[in-house]
Amino acid sequence: MTVGLTHYLVTSSLLFCLGLFGVLTRRNAVAILMGIELMLNAGNINLIAFNRYVAPGAVSGQIFALVIITLAACEAAVGLALVMAAYRSLETIHVDEINLMKW
Amino acid sequence: MGELAAFVILSAVILVPAVIVVTSRNIVRSALSLVPTFLGVTGLYVMLHAEFVAGIQVLIYAGAITVLILFVIMLTEGGSGTMVRQVTGQVPLGAMAATWLAFLILVTLSRTQWPVAAGPPPQYSVQGIGTAFLTNYVLIFEVTSLVLLISLVGAIVIARREE
Amino acid sequence: MPWLLEILKAIGLAVLVFTFLAVVGAMYGVYLERKISGWIQARIGPKHVGPYGLLQTIADTVKLLQKEHITPRRADAMIFNTAPLIVAVAALLDWVVIPFGTAFGRVLVVRDLNIGVLYFTAMASITVIGILAAGWSSNNKYALLGGLRSASQMISYEIPLALGILWVAMVAGTLSTVGIVEAQRGGWFLFKVPPLGLLAAVLFLAAATAEVNRVPFDLPEAESELVAGYFAEYTGMRFALFQLGEYGEMFGMAALGSVLFFGGWLEPNLPAWLWVALGLAALGVAAFIRFSALRTVYLLRPILSLATLGVVLCAVMALGVAFGRAPVLPSLLWFFVKMFALVFFLMWMRWTYPRLRLDQLLNLSWKVLLPAGLINLLLTGFLLTVAR
Repeated sequence: MTVGLTHYLVTSSLLFCLGLFGVLTRRNAVAILMGIELMLNAGNINLIAFNRYVAPGAVSGQIFALVIITLAACEAAVGLALVMAAYRSLETIHVDEINLMKW
Repeated sequence: MGELAAFVILSAVILVPAVIVVTSRNIVRSALSLVPTFLGVTGLYVMLHAEFVAGIQVLIYAGAITVLILFVIMLTEGGSGTMVRQVTGQVPLGAMAATWLAFLILVTLSRTQWPVAAGPPPQYSVQGIGTAFLTNYVLIFEVTSLVLLISLVGAIVIARREE
Repeated sequence: MPWLLEILKAIGLAVLVFTFLAVVGAMYGVYLERKISGWIQARIGPKHVGPYGLLQTIADTVKLLQKEHITPRRADAMIFNTAPLIVAVAALLDWVVIPFGTAFGRVLVVRDLNIGVLYFTAMASITVIGILAAGWSSNNKYALLGGLRSASQMISYEIPLALGILWVAMVAGTLSTVGIVEAQRGGWFLFKVPPLGLLAAVLFLAAATAEVNRVPFDLPEAESELVAGYFAEYTGMRFALFQLGEYGEMFGMAALGSVLFFGGWLEPNLPAWLWVALGLAALGVAAFIRFSALRTVYLLRPILSLATLGVVLCAVMALGVAFGRAPVLPSLLWFFVKMFALVFFLMWMRWTYPRLRLDQLLNLSWKVLLPAGLINLLLTGFLLTVAR
């Protein structure tokens, strides 16, 4: 039995839902960012799998995946900078304790 | 047969550490479990003949983003051990939402006829990607570099200690 | 079943590369380092164990093997035990794309990936995770500080390393290591666009020294500053695994430097009279040291032996080129000569420069090497395409 498009899509859907579970249920802001990274990776697997199976001669899937990797790096950098700035003034990074508009 | 075995092993390497990432009570352990997940995704890219994206994935995800996450964990109070409760009170709702979404996506996938073309992939993907970045996709290339510059400056300004 | 054969071949090659690295790289690398350091510091180095101290590292390894495995009490045991593995395995995985030479008509490389140098950079960046994990899981504030400093140093120097490699990829037109060596048949990349090739090589070597945490960039593991940094709590074989990873990576960076800038396994194709002239110069140096009052100076003995070897090499090369044989000496020999020359250069740098402080180190990377690398790329691209 050969590996087809559906196999890759199943793996990426499971990874996406695991990332979603992480984003919804974790208290630590950095853990939420880790869930977001998992979701972005799942999207990348989808793009590259479609590039390979539906349009093998084109490179647009790989271009899109490269841009997503770059933007994920940017978003992780800015997000983690925000977490550090929040920690410095609020002394906590648990998102259910950050519930006041002005300290 | 070998390809299927490789795919199953790589999927296990991706999904089992991903479960550890989202459920572990020790946040350093969950950050370190991101590494096998990313390396498994790299393996899947190599199986899909996208070698350049695989190399970039290891370089950026496993080599830089994981290090960034570990740095922030060690510099904030998150790494103080397993004594802190790590999950919100919404675990049942979150689990139900994620399971329902998974079920929905899998059912949709299995019932769709994808237009699978049977062509072979090009031999050397780097050349195609380089040419595409400078001809068809030059706008997204330039804009991405601007976004990188802005996020770099922004991250430094936000995380800087107030003088 | 072809895939089973592939797996067995991969395991066999992995064992071969690991044995080569563990024996040559780690063991004799440590021995070479101690001898060369001794020579530079006007002392002898190991000499008691075995003839000329050759068995010293074997004795050290046996000593390390019989030490107790200590895991600190409140350290995270799983991360503590896997961190040295990550460092060692990442250093060993670097060697997959390095071509050792040609034999029986094919290139001796484990796998000629078509993204060769990108793969090398990616494996060198996995080491950082092992170091951070080691520093964190030791439950020791000095180890944590050492790990954080080492990780910030290594990620800062990945960029000049990648810029140096990118320069070579741009000039060669390919990312594959075998392709890069083949593109140097018309001249080494060191001399390619005259000052810029040298600048790229200097950039690469400086970044490579910082990537393997060697002096002048070894603040994270300085014994006098940080109680040996991130591997303070490791004993016995796990400490040896860290050293294996570091020396393996140093040899890997030297091998990649020789592939990128010095022609890899290619022979320098100089005309016969130039080989004769070089041989005569080496003969002059050897004769001067041997037959003058300098023959009693013990420190000049290595120079005497090197000069004698140089005479023999130049004589063989001159005869071979005069008789018209295309590659005179086997390509493996040239690869190892170039790799060990770069390793000697790296060890020489260790005892020439003082250790940089962390902020000086990071300033050097971000404010000096990064702009230099970018300007290098820009100028070379301009010179190669527009101003032909």
